[in-house]
Amino acid sequence: MSHVTTTPSPETTAPVDGEVTRRRGWGWLLLVPGMLWLAVFFVFPTIQLLFTSLYDPSGSYETGYQLTWHFGNYVSAIADTWNLFLRSFGYAAIATLVCLALGYPLAYAITFKAGRWKNFMLVLVIAPFFTSFLLRTLAWRTILADEGPVTGFLKAIAVLPDDGRLLATPVAVIAGLIYNFMPFMTLPLYASLDKVDHRLIEAAGDLYASPFTGFRKVTFPLSLPGVVSGTLLCFIPACGDYINAELLGTPKQYMVGNRIQAAFLTEHNYPLAASLSIILMAVVVLMVVFYIRRAGTEDLV
Amino acid sequence: MADGDKDLRLERLTKRFGDFAAVDDLSLTVPSGSFFALLGPSGCGKTTTLRMVAGLEDPTAGRVLIGDDDITSLRPYRRPVNTVFQSYALFPHLTIFENVAFGLRRRGVKDYKQKAVDMIELVELGPYADRKPAQLSGGQQQRVALARALINEPGVLLLDEPLGALDLKLRRQMQIELKRIQTEIGITFVHVTHDQEEAMTMADTIAVMNQGVIEQMGAPADLYENPVTTFVANFLGQSNLIMSDVIGASGSDVVVDCHGQKLSVDTSRSHAAGRNAWLGIRPEKIFAGAAGQGEHAGSNVLTGGRITDVSFIGVSTQYLVVMPWGQELMVFEQNTGRRAVLRNGDEVDLTWSPQHAFLLDADQDAQAGMMRPEDLE
Amino acid sequence: MTTTATARPASAARQAPPVSPRRSPGRWVSDHLVLGLGILVLVYMFVPIGYIFALSFNQPSGKSATAQFESFTWHNWTSVCEPDGLCASLKLSFAVSLTATVVATVLGTLMAFALVRHSFRGRGVSNLVIFLPMATPEVVMGSSLLAMFVSLGFDGVLGFVTIVIAHVMFCLSFVVVTVKARLVGMDARLEQAAMDLYANEWQTFRLVTLPLAMPGIVAAALLSFSLSFDDFIVTNFTAGQSVTFPLYIYGAKLKDFPAQLFVVGTIMFLISFIGVVGVELWRRRARGVAARR
Repeated sequence: MSHVTTTPSPETTAPVDGEVTRRRGWGWLLLVPGMLWLAVFFVFPTIQLLFTSLYDPSGSYETGYQLTWHFGNYVSAIADTWNLFLRSFGYAAIATLVCLALGYPLAYAITFKAGRWKNFMLVLVIAPFFTSFLLRTLAWRTILADEGPVTGFLKAIAVLPDDGRLLATPVAVIAGLIYNFMPFMTLPLYASLDKVDHRLIEAAGDLYASPFTGFRKVTFPLSLPGVVSGTLLCFIPACGDYINAELLGTPKQYMVGNRIQAAFLTEHNYPLAASLSIILMAVVVLMVVFYIRRAGTEDLV
Repeated sequence: MADGDKDLRLERLTKRFGDFAAVDDLSLTVPSGSFFALLGPSGCGKTTTLRMVAGLEDPTAGRVLIGDDDITSLRPYRRPVNTVFQSYALFPHLTIFENVAFGLRRRGVKDYKQKAVDMIELVELGPYADRKPAQLSGGQQQRVALARALINEPGVLLLDEPLGALDLKLRRQMQIELKRIQTEIGITFVHVTHDQEEAMTMADTIAVMNQGVIEQMGAPADLYENPVTTFVANFLGQSNLIMSDVIGASGSDVVVDCHGQKLSVDTSRSHAAGRNAWLGIRPEKIFAGAAGQGEHAGSNVLTGGRITDVSFIGVSTQYLVVMPWGQELMVFEQNTGRRAVLRNGDEVDLTWSPQHAFLLDADQDAQAGMMRPEDLE
Repeated sequence: MTTTATARPASAARQAPPVSPRRSPGRWVSDHLVLGLGILVLVYMFVPIGYIFALSFNQPSGKSATAQFESFTWHNWTSVCEPDGLCASLKLSFAVSLTATVVATVLGTLMAFALVRHSFRGRGVSNLVIFLPMATPEVVMGSSLLAMFVSLGFDGVLGFVTIVIAHVMFCLSFVVVTVKARLVGMDARLEQAAMDLYANEWQTFRLVTLPLAMPGIVAAALLSFSLSFDDFIVTNFTAGQSVTFPLYIYGAKLKDFPAQLFVVGTIMFLISFIGVVGVELWRRRARGVAARR
């Protein structure tokens, strides 16, 4: 699939005197049951999906499909839905950026300003996950409803025209995405900021940096690994999400995920559904490969 | 309790990682009941050797024997050997009592409860028996680690730099403690350390290790006074090494020419072959007398020195003396108060007795074994 | 001024104590700006939770309870299982999630041990295969799994088993990550110390390794359970006719939306929240007691 580099096994490099090395032997057998499960129920279906995307599109559920290596499926898929892809990536990108803008101060506050409330605040960050995300998204439907307080407030301060609405607009969908993926941005940011050595920030101050300059030149660059993983963890699932679009928007806001679901479950247009899925996966894999190239595979899992 | 058939013997022990030999064809015998120190800088292979004795590392070649029993292929839990680990490795989820009793229970000893309680009292940690290791200080944890190992009455006790994490005063205390315990109980101790003072204080025999091999082995005084390699000369204490030419012999001495000045070294202390040799003399053996005054500490004289640095250490004063050929020699003098301290710029003659100098092979590295800043942990 | 230590003259005792420097309001704001922002974001996160809580008391005049807040009632709380199929879906969700959690935790823990403690070729590939399910869009995973079931002829028996299979599949990665994080932080020398003290491999595992890894394994199990319980997209594809709780919610939105759903949501939140906070408080108490001894 992708070009993967394996990290060298410890035995080939000289260890520090007395350092514990990994055992050779039959330990790898422990890996087998889980890997078998993933191979059968993840790798195999994905490969099958690849083949499905190359089926003859003139087949159907009733008449069966022929594998004709019809790469044209991809061409027609993109021609058909390129605006959906653009929209999906656009929504996901905006949502990720806003998550970063909101999540960074939160993560920073938890790391440096929370004191004894640090753990409690972390709990609060993941607490919304304690209840079903469908219910939360539906709650947003009520919050952003046409007669609701938010719309009313925005109309009052003239941000929204009198006959404007929030629901069934891209704003609502993106707001939903932001809300759902905020913890995925905040937690990696926190993990990364927590690792920053306080003494480095003190050293910056000692060398005449103002607090903001210290942040800009020392803290933020050191937190970049967290920014990168948070961005990936937000953007990637946001691209494929369709629940927010479905519950908070109209078909005018539908994303790639909606199309895939419809193609698969309603239209039974498997080649189209499969090619869309593969394209979506390809984008994701590309980003992952880029990440691996920078960071290696050991930190993936 | 010293009976020869319980000696620990290492025969041609080797451990390779790829091309790199951490331990290279090492052979030694540790007499039963003695306190043995494996001394060397970090990375020299001493810990790897220890782990091979404990069974935590498989040797690439060679054997480990206790008495006549070959234990090389035995798993760690089948060897009559226990280890005190560098970071103590106390089980954090068990109490002190459970930690100490661990080995006894695995072996099915019936009255482990009483034995453990007695041992905990012995190391003076009675009130802490129900606590977890995290609640104890470093020194207390160290005692628990010791108790946990000793309670099993092993044939050999291995100690992997057990005092490294303690502060100076505590370390000195524990050195004396450990020596006392070993003398009382009579178990063979094999103590691994990079601290040469610690090794010399505690051990009956020291083996100095460097890059997987033993450079010299013997009693601390023998190693210190009569080193056979530059590594040992520099690693134990400090030495001045001066390049000299071997001229000939005179009675029981070897005569050398040192930048134009004749010096003699006792033949038994000459370990050099060839035309050149390093003349070694320890700083505390040198007497720096005012030039031309004729104050002597022995028949070896180096004239023409000038003091370039005076450091007051409290117990002693340390001088740096620059010689006519540019080399700076170290001279230590105990502050007995009997004569005035020399001053920067004073002209001095350096003298010492031929019994104190030694000769080492000229092709050895004069820097070997010297402490570099990056060696300090 | 000289810096030699001299005793303070007695006269100094009668002087006023030093005054702390006055800080401008602007300084206070900038000190607390970030914290304030952070708290605002947290408040934003909790707004929907508040709505769920409020709407659980909603007596809808119309069909759907999500439209707006009409009138207050306790009825929803006292008759949670009133809507048809609600409690059945909850039961199914519990069953599925419990089963999937057990399987995923066991398999994932084994994998984590293999990755951390043993060396073998193909680490890179293993790491990648374990990572990918976390990065793959659920739509893709669900649809490909359904396609496979269909093509193998299992499309008639979609239900509990297929849901569990799918859930284990995507939970495995998270279990591996969580347990691995715990294992990596564990000192391997502890196991060596155990063997040095006459414990064989099995005893070492039982007495040292497992107890120390347990917090990570428990965390992985909890994570797995919540991921499984709340999953919609993959379940939607692989459930066939079965209805788990998220599927019920999704289905209900098309018809009448019972307010009891918000009751269940609130209960879920409360149980988890109290559980987490309770554990943290208990841990703090235990640590405080230990420190004081």
